[in-house]
Amino acid sequence: MRFTMLPQVFSQLFKKPWTNKFPAKYIPSNTTEFLKEVKKGNAEINPPIETPPGFRGKIKYDKDKCIGCKLCIKVCPSGAIEFKPEEKKIKIYLARCTFCSQCNDICPVKCLSMSDEFLLADGNKYSKALIVE
Amino acid sequence: MSAKATTKTTYQIPIGPIHPALKEPVKFEFEIDGERIVDVDVTLGHVHRAIEWTGMHRNPIQILYLAERICGICSYCHPMAFSLAVERIAGIEVPERANYLRVIHAELERICSHVLWAGVAAHEIGFDSVLFLTWQIREEALDLTEYLTGNRVTKAITMIGGVRRDITSDMLPRIKKSLDYLKDNFAKLKKVYLEDKTFKMRSQGCGILTKENALKLCACGPTTRASGVKKDVRLDQPYFAFDDLDFDYVTPDVLTGEVNGDVYDRIIVRLLEVRQSIDLIEQCIDKMPEGEIVSEPKLAKLLATLKKAKGEGIGRMEAPRGEVFHYVKLNENEYPYSWKVRAPTYSNILPWIPMLKGEQIADIPIVAASTDPCMSCTNRVAIIKEGNKYELNKEQLHRLSVEKTRRLMR
Repeated sequence: MRFTMLPQVFSQLFKKPWTNKFPAKYIPSNTTEFLKEVKKGNAEINPPIETPPGFRGKIKYDKDKCIGCKLCIKVCPSGAIEFKPEEKKIKIYLARCTFCSQCNDICPVKCLSMSDEFLLADGNKYSKALIVE
Repeated sequence: MSAKATTKTTYQIPIGPIHPALKEPVKFEFEIDGERIVDVDVTLGHVHRAIEWTGMHRNPIQILYLAERICGICSYCHPMAFSLAVERIAGIEVPERANYLRVIHAELERICSHVLWAGVAAHEIGFDSVLFLTWQIREEALDLTEYLTGNRVTKAITMIGGVRRDITSDMLPRIKKSLDYLKDNFAKLKKVYLEDKTFKMRSQGCGILTKENALKLCACGPTTRASGVKKDVRLDQPYFAFDDLDFDYVTPDVLTGEVNGDVYDRIIVRLLEVRQSIDLIEQCIDKMPEGEIVSEPKLAKLLATLKKAKGEGIGRMEAPRGEVFHYVKLNENEYPYSWKVRAPTYSNILPWIPMLKGEQIADIPIVAASTDPCMSCTNRVAIIKEGNKYELNKEQLHRLSVEKTRRLMR
């Protein structure tokens, strides 16, 4: 066979596309409007592929357990964690977070953990959804 | 009216620093005669990111994640080479099991990188259906990476003195499934890349780098192996557990019996290395002993040890593109005194000149891409005074290097 790619290309014509159609099967004319419709319950989101176990998503913070030792601030590579001295608790800015989970590893009381939430896009980097405290 | 005899002269084409055909900023100046390249000059230094300087204001654990961001594709070998250097300074012994796990992740990265490169090569010669086929196969390797490390690209698996995540026995069936998929599709890829007429016509006899030139210009990685130079850090100076594994240099004569040093040979070397990497991962899974995965699980204690460490160390690793080299100096301080990175593309830039001379204009993209260049990893210096950029000649650069070395030795 001199053109070894040809059979592959022809067989591909009869196969389904390999990609997962996210967030909708056909591209909506206006994505913002589409998401508003989803919120109202008129449209449905085509779900994303499930995350594997051990995925590093949005940080979860158990405030009551935290002892305010500041070790997480010491290892955070991007300086995403701020210390609140009056409460002796921390505040995490997800817009800066690199999702390395190093703070989870060093935490002596294990008050930090990674969830599998990854749809964190937001227009405002200081919005409520992007600050964990 | 009789036609005047015209004298044929060469003309110049500048390409870059920003050009639609380039993925990253680099400037070429071609001297062209008709369609043929007579001479070429390469200018670098358009994407200096001051990563080393930033590293001097962070502790070694933070630097691991900074080093990961030097390159998106080599996001494992940069932090690993850094941690090899730090381990050498602080005298940290890596557990046996961690060494095997490190090999697995290194080889998985090699598979991802080489398959990605193969897709880019297909794209550069205008064969985009192969690009999509190749990247579909790469997706499985990325899924495996995500399963083992928790993320597709920035793996965050490196820790000084070991790795951060273990491979338990219940993960083995999933790994085996992925490796089998990669092995099955490897045969398909090999057939497409090495037997297709389009590939042969575009890559055979194109962008030749002779063995003499490869040695003279210190090319590294698959680029030099495709020219028949047996150079591979994994075998020359084994690190991790590569000492205990059974493998050999990949040169194109393994498959074809001859070495031409052209683009086709570089495709052969990279494809065979994908097969070799799958083999190495399987060997590691079989031979991996039980035990610890990190020498010091308490990170606060590790940071205290590194704060007391003093000395200088180097870390060498065979990255997918060639040899990566990290130099670190610790000075009993929280932050390192110095950190130097030499990415593999640095050595693979000069070989472009003999490769491109005498080629056609249309072959520029595939020849330039055949060394798998990564420009932003390579940029290490930019001199800017009062907003102007300065060019230095050899003597000035040498003087500055001597001054810097003296400063480091103090």
